[in-house]
Amino acid sequence: MIPQSFDYLRAKSIEDAVSLLSQHRDSGKLLAGGQSIIPAMKLRLSSPSPLIDISGIRELTDIKRNDGILEIGALVTHRAVEFSEMVKDNCEVLSDAAAKIGDPSVRNRGTIGGNLAHADPAADYPALVQSLGAEIHVLGKSGDRTIASDDFFTGLFETALTDDEIITRVDFPVLDESTGAAYEKFRHPASRLAVVGVAAMVKIDGSGNCIAARVSITGAAASVFRAHDVENALVGNMLDEASISNATKQVADAADLMGEVFASEEYRAQLCSVISKRALIAAMECAKA
Amino acid sequence: MAKFVGASVKRKEDNRFITGKGRFTDDIQLLNMTYVSIIRSPHAHAKIKSIDISAAKALAGVIDVFTGKDMADDGIASVPNGWQIGEDMKEPLHPPLAVDKVRHVGDGVAVVIAEDRDTARDGAELVAVDFEPLASVTDAVKAIEQGAPLVHEGVPQNSSFDWELGDEAATNEALNGAHSVTKLEYVNQRLIPNALEPRSAVGDYDVARDELTLYTSSQNPHVIRLLMCAFVLGLPEHKVRVISPDVGGGFGSKIFHYAEEIICSWATRKIGRPVKWTAERSESYLSDAHGRDHHTTAEMGFDKDGNVVGLRVNTLANLGAYLSTFGGAIPTWFYAPVLAGPYKTKNIFVHVKGAFTNTTPVDAYRGAGRPEATFVLERLMDTAAREMDFDPADLRKKNFLPPDSFPYETPVALTYDSGNYAPAMDKALKIIGYENLRAEQTKARKEGRFIGIGISSYVEACGGAPSRVVGALGARAGLYETASIRVHPTGKVTCYTGSHAHGQGHETTFAQIVADGFGISIDDVDVVHGDTGLVPFGMGSYGSRSLAVGGTAIYLTIEKIKEKAKKIAAHKLEASEEDVEFDDGNWKVKGTDKSVAFADVSLTAYVPHDYPEGLEPGLEDNTFWDPTNFTFPFGTHICVVEVDPDTGKVTVLRYIAVDDVGNIINPMIVAGQIHGGVAQGAAQALWEGAVYDESGQLITGSMMDYSIPKAEDLPSIEIDHTVTPSPVNPLGVKGAGECGTIGSTACVANAVIDAVAHLGVRDIPMPMTPERVWKAIHSMS
Repeated sequence: MIPQSFDYLRAKSIEDAVSLLSQHRDSGKLLAGGQSIIPAMKLRLSSPSPLIDISGIRELTDIKRNDGILEIGALVTHRAVEFSEMVKDNCEVLSDAAAKIGDPSVRNRGTIGGNLAHADPAADYPALVQSLGAEIHVLGKSGDRTIASDDFFTGLFETALTDDEIITRVDFPVLDESTGAAYEKFRHPASRLAVVGVAAMVKIDGSGNCIAARVSITGAAASVFRAHDVENALVGNMLDEASISNATKQVADAADLMGEVFASEEYRAQLCSVISKRALIAAMECAKA
Repeated sequence: MAKFVGASVKRKEDNRFITGKGRFTDDIQLLNMTYVSIIRSPHAHAKIKSIDISAAKALAGVIDVFTGKDMADDGIASVPNGWQIGEDMKEPLHPPLAVDKVRHVGDGVAVVIAEDRDTARDGAELVAVDFEPLASVTDAVKAIEQGAPLVHEGVPQNSSFDWELGDEAATNEALNGAHSVTKLEYVNQRLIPNALEPRSAVGDYDVARDELTLYTSSQNPHVIRLLMCAFVLGLPEHKVRVISPDVGGGFGSKIFHYAEEIICSWATRKIGRPVKWTAERSESYLSDAHGRDHHTTAEMGFDKDGNVVGLRVNTLANLGAYLSTFGGAIPTWFYAPVLAGPYKTKNIFVHVKGAFTNTTPVDAYRGAGRPEATFVLERLMDTAAREMDFDPADLRKKNFLPPDSFPYETPVALTYDSGNYAPAMDKALKIIGYENLRAEQTKARKEGRFIGIGISSYVEACGGAPSRVVGALGARAGLYETASIRVHPTGKVTCYTGSHAHGQGHETTFAQIVADGFGISIDDVDVVHGDTGLVPFGMGSYGSRSLAVGGTAIYLTIEKIKEKAKKIAAHKLEASEEDVEFDDGNWKVKGTDKSVAFADVSLTAYVPHDYPEGLEPGLEDNTFWDPTNFTFPFGTHICVVEVDPDTGKVTVLRYIAVDDVGNIINPMIVAGQIHGGVAQGAAQALWEGAVYDESGQLITGSMMDYSIPKAEDLPSIEIDHTVTPSPVNPLGVKGAGECGTIGSTACVANAVIDAVAHLGVRDIPMPMTPERVWKAIHSMS
């Protein structure tokens, strides 16, 4: 558990971080909470240098409500999301999900920006970001831009971020009463990562019909993905256990999924159905007609 | 008068542990310390064509680099095997660093010694080993097939030994004539121990005094010294001191003499500076001896009334690439004799074959043979009960040895000291509310909920003895224990024990015995262990032997000291010895108020101005206690699980353990032992299992993949006891360190099967992961 030697730089501001990242784009890496990069370095699976420490940039640690938007700074820890009254009042599913990440020591250090940028196929936040339709704000050498959650995750540990871009904040919609959201996670007993994690959001009208649905699945494939067939089957229909059961019978094709010693492709497909159903039922129970 | 014995005295050692002030091997800091990094094989099986150490040697801060050849050139041939299984046993050499060939992933190849850990690690990456990969085999069943790759030249079909116990002809006849025979074939999977403290060793050679000190995270420092001096390095034993300071867990994995102890002891003499090695966690996964790994076929025959008439067991044990110290003994002598269990079974036959494979060596892991044996019996009992339509509790009870059977000579080489099995089961049934539970299970099934009830009854053999007998069985060591007690002039006491604590709380339990023995405060007693320079000799701790063997040695030493002290007290009281009695820390003249305190007697022993004629001054003594027999704890465990039909996930809802460990010195410590043991046993049923891929890579090689249970995975374990004192020792105690593990694996496995048996599921391989359980359910629908 001894990494190779590396250089360490400390960014004074977001602009400074972008500038340093741009200078060291070939071999440098950002260090936020260090819950992914440090273990990888200790196992010598990764040997970046320099590490550009952004953890001291205070302006990235805010949680704010701005009209219908809940803005979460890139350096907000999972623990802060878990316990934030602001998050609980405006987007409770996020604090529920944050509480399911890793263990308390991981949650104390790990950050939402680091989690998303790392794009671990079994991370929890990507499913939340996608199902809630969040927007990811980034800053790079050529300026700032906003990336839609559907466009952000491009593959196994791959994102739409360019070499010199850093995440500054994530904007989540404040959920109204007619919208329900839930995150269900089937954990690996050793790593506690998601074997399959499903984030579901549903919106209903006055008579209980589903008028919008977003279902996003993490852990199952190389990258988080939307279950569009499930969403389409729900929208326009009365939302109840029967319609949810029906819509989640076949959520994913085993051939598209990952398999390993703990859970095969076939079993992950089963979990995609079961966990999607449970997440949708939980989401439905949060939505008021 | 017992003030401490029987009480849940808080652990004396916990103050230093919970404040982070323990002193473990890696905490040892010596002047001029150097650090070792070991280059390990990435291949399961390969020829070493060449090793280029030049780049590593050239790295600033690297002191030296050694290979297996350097050690071989110094005459170091092999890590020793501690137990011979049959005259024909194949015992291939196990060089501490591989010389021509590597035989498992993680096999040591070379060592880099540097000024600091980081440089050693960087240097290790610069050692270029040219391997020629060879065909490998990790599965024991494949290893004994014709044409399988040979792990060792000269060991045909990778077979180390073929071993039998019991009467084959009588057992075959009994099974042939049985009303019904229940048969199971399964894998008792390989487990990886995970002591909290990784193994560590520091070798420190003092050239001026020609003395070697080895600090090592071990369960038995004296045995390590003996093996290393006599069989490996040829060093004079009186010039070698082995210290196992605080040790953070062992579970068996720190019993054995390991290559790294030899490497550090040898290298410190080579370079003339102290040498430290501490395992990285991923190194521990590859280099700590693993546990279990049996392929077993077991058949139990019954008459029409449900009485067991015979048991036939055939086990293929995976030994790994080399014989670890007790690698041959665990699947034979620590397994087969336990197959009599608590039952009247007259005819038992066991055949065990030990096979080499290209995997990490396998040896004792908590329970060590006995959980495997209990699993055979208890899975068969539950399966047979279902097949013959008996209640599983009733079928067991019908076959229990009655309480008047003891001492009971089993058909498989043991004589049980004492037992009374039905009350322990009745207690467990009562606690869980068994009668109502079956009705609740039926009701739950109607609601689509799968509830399962698992039972496991066991007898285990621990505190192995006497030495004469274990020697006849092939042990290359004795199995007695020593104690040495020094009463200081002021009446304070230091107790030196040959047992070794690595989490068990000996510093408290043993102090309770000493404090009550002398009628003094527990604060006036210190227990010292783990240092060959302080403790005269010792066999260490494993096989739940510390209290029954080591504790008894302490008790007997107390009695010897009190015998002498009585002479001094009588002299001081001007009374005859017959008129003097010991009462709560004072010697009294019977029927009078004349008394003298223990500390006055001890002071007199060291300041013997007015002293009994002919008596030596001083107050200390020692004992080597070689018991007449093992002790035989027993009990019944019952648990309730719920299986999620959609995901196959198992949740343990309740767990009841009723164990009879004889007299209990410290109930809290016994409870802790049982809680931890149950967690480890349940973990084998549900979560833990080593997996090698086709090329021999360990794919469960980290805590990210290998599922050690967390506190939230288990319910609060409900424990109770019956007390049947052992007649083998004067304390009436048995072992308590392993019964939790021994009882629990089969208990949890039985509960899972019980939850889904109504669908037609008969067995599920362990660990019973969600996918495996779901597939079992799914294959039935």
